[in-house]
Amino acid sequence: MTAFFNALALNAGYNAALVGIGAAMLGIAAGAAGTFLFLRKRALVSDAVAHATLPGVGLAFILMVSLGGDGRSLIGLLLGSAVTAGIGLVLVEWMARRTRLSEDAAIGAVLSVFFGFGIVLLTVIQTMNAGRQAGLESFLLGSTAGMLFQDAVVIALGGALAVFATWLLRRPMTLVAFDPEYAAAVGYNVRRIDLAMMALVMAVTVIGLKLVGLILIVAMLIIPPVTARFWTESSTHVIWYAGLIGAVSGYVGAALSATAPAMPTGPIIVLVAAGLFLLSLFVAPARGVTAAVIRHRRFQRRVHRRQGLLALSRSEPIHDDFTLRTLRGEGLIRPDGVATETGRALAAKTARDEHRWDIAREIHQDAGLTGRYDGLTPIEQVFAPDEIAEFDRRIGGPRPVDGAV
Amino acid sequence: MAPGAAQVAVAAQDGRATRPADTSTGAPLAVRGVTVSYGEKPAVFSVDATFPAGAMTAIIGPNGAGKSTLLKAALGVIPRLSGDVTVFGEPVETARARIAYVPQRASVDWDFPTTVIDVVLMGLYRQVGLLGRLAGTHRAKAQACLDRVGMSDFADRQIGQLSGGQQQRVFLARALAQEADLYLLDEPFAGVDAATERAIIDVLKSLKSEGKAVVCVHHDLATVARYFDHVFLINVRKIAEGSVATTFTGANLNATYGGRLAATHIDQLALAEPV
Repeated sequence: MTAFFNALALNAGYNAALVGIGAAMLGIAAGAAGTFLFLRKRALVSDAVAHATLPGVGLAFILMVSLGGDGRSLIGLLLGSAVTAGIGLVLVEWMARRTRLSEDAAIGAVLSVFFGFGIVLLTVIQTMNAGRQAGLESFLLGSTAGMLFQDAVVIALGGALAVFATWLLRRPMTLVAFDPEYAAAVGYNVRRIDLAMMALVMAVTVIGLKLVGLILIVAMLIIPPVTARFWTESSTHVIWYAGLIGAVSGYVGAALSATAPAMPTGPIIVLVAAGLFLLSLFVAPARGVTAAVIRHRRFQRRVHRRQGLLALSRSEPIHDDFTLRTLRGEGLIRPDGVATETGRALAAKTARDEHRWDIAREIHQDAGLTGRYDGLTPIEQVFAPDEIAEFDRRIGGPRPVDGAV
Repeated sequence: MAPGAAQVAVAAQDGRATRPADTSTGAPLAVRGVTVSYGEKPAVFSVDATFPAGAMTAIIGPNGAGKSTLLKAALGVIPRLSGDVTVFGEPVETARARIAYVPQRASVDWDFPTTVIDVVLMGLYRQVGLLGRLAGTHRAKAQACLDRVGMSDFADRQIGQLSGGQQQRVFLARALAQEADLYLLDEPFAGVDAATERAIIDVLKSLKSEGKAVVCVHHDLATVARYFDHVFLINVRKIAEGSVATTFTGANLNATYGGRLAATHIDQLALAEPV
């Protein structure tokens, strides 16, 4: 536990601090860029792009070794991964646009073929002399072991650039995600903006390879915006919140994984993000599950209360258990089901309002007003006091509820 | 009235070359020999049309006749197979600032995280540019546009909480924010309440009186004579175009709809007298 708090406070050593800051930067970039992926409903394209990085890593390693180099230079490996990821992305786009295949089929094809090819390359590299200690399989699930200062700089700089590009393109990308037809009509090149968005996602994927790994980077792109969506109705806020959630997940996840030597970083970061998602799913005020349940219960109670009052006003027996409990809970009926003083008064008012609505429908031909009758909305919210007074004038004086004089 | 079969065949082979270069008229919107095809089935075939300024034009035709397609192709939202489009005598690509488009309501996801005022501000994105700031003046302008469609009280609502008619009004407000000269609307009255229909038609009529050109894809034949000055009848190819008084006739409607329009229905319409 203390190890974890040490890591959180950047006290767990130089390397862990480096990893924490890098992971936070990556989280911001992934959350912000992923927002548009989520809004454009193309989350899974990023999975194809991520898996398409693997052959690039292998090819870059082989190339660097055959040129007499070390083969483990992070920049070289990432450049290689960017090349094959780009090819994979273009292939998905091309298949979806030019063939009769739908995008999900294209994603499935590209993802599996590129990943398969990458695994073959990794196996080949295992047989090479220089390959045994290369540790390339760490790109699958991410690892912080042996991360160098320059690696962290690459991640932080790349992340900052990606955030800047997201900020620059936020308006066209928002417009294309919301209303592509309108975007095209006002002169945006929708295809080019889509490609720019995917290029951003590709960049985040590539710089996240070392830390999170290619299998789970899609989670870093998607979970933060989905989580952010629970808290806001504005797309700009979704971007910022997603960046924040990504940063927190990255930082806390990296600190957690630093507490145990063999713990992979990617899965821990993703689990932290998933924790934030679950929390939001349940506690978010407007869109959360709990709030929805409470809202529904409250609404149900209003319906039962109203129906119960109407039944009282007509002296009809009430059978529904929930209605009885609601009325009893508010002291409108006695335990034996007989209306109390307040209950009778409210029932009379309810009956009168129904009567007022009948008159309103006779007077007002405007469906915009009378159409607002839903059985629940108080008539005072629809009509002005002088209008209601007019209804009452037509109804005549108050009468006893049960019709007996 | 409709082009002869031989003429159509020629146009099909060479949509561009057979047309004289009469696109320099400067009309708000002129399309010449436009063909659009989904797969290998033309949805719009070699259509010529001119839409006048200071008037409201209805594009009328049965379902699948290519009404919306013609509009989108004119805007370059979907690619044309052949043909030219000019806006005020210029190619559509250079005249975009003068065009405002109101797409069909069903074309967007209404659960998108955005508010009413943000949607209207989208109409100003092109003006503001990539690096520009959306300042208070832009917000004031967006608010004024909302006011014009009677939606100023809804500025901060999430768009999904609006009724269909209110959503349509917001789309119209976004188009107004562009301060364009040519307004293209795709079924603006589809599925909206009576109050919204009145509010929209009032705004469109005021645009017309300012000398703007208004073009609507329209499906309700009963309101054509009341709302519009010009009609453009289409069923894949052009059937007829002209003023409501001369063109909105039973014969032309029969040619447009084939047998699909019941005779009793035609009798009830406020049609132009046969000339």
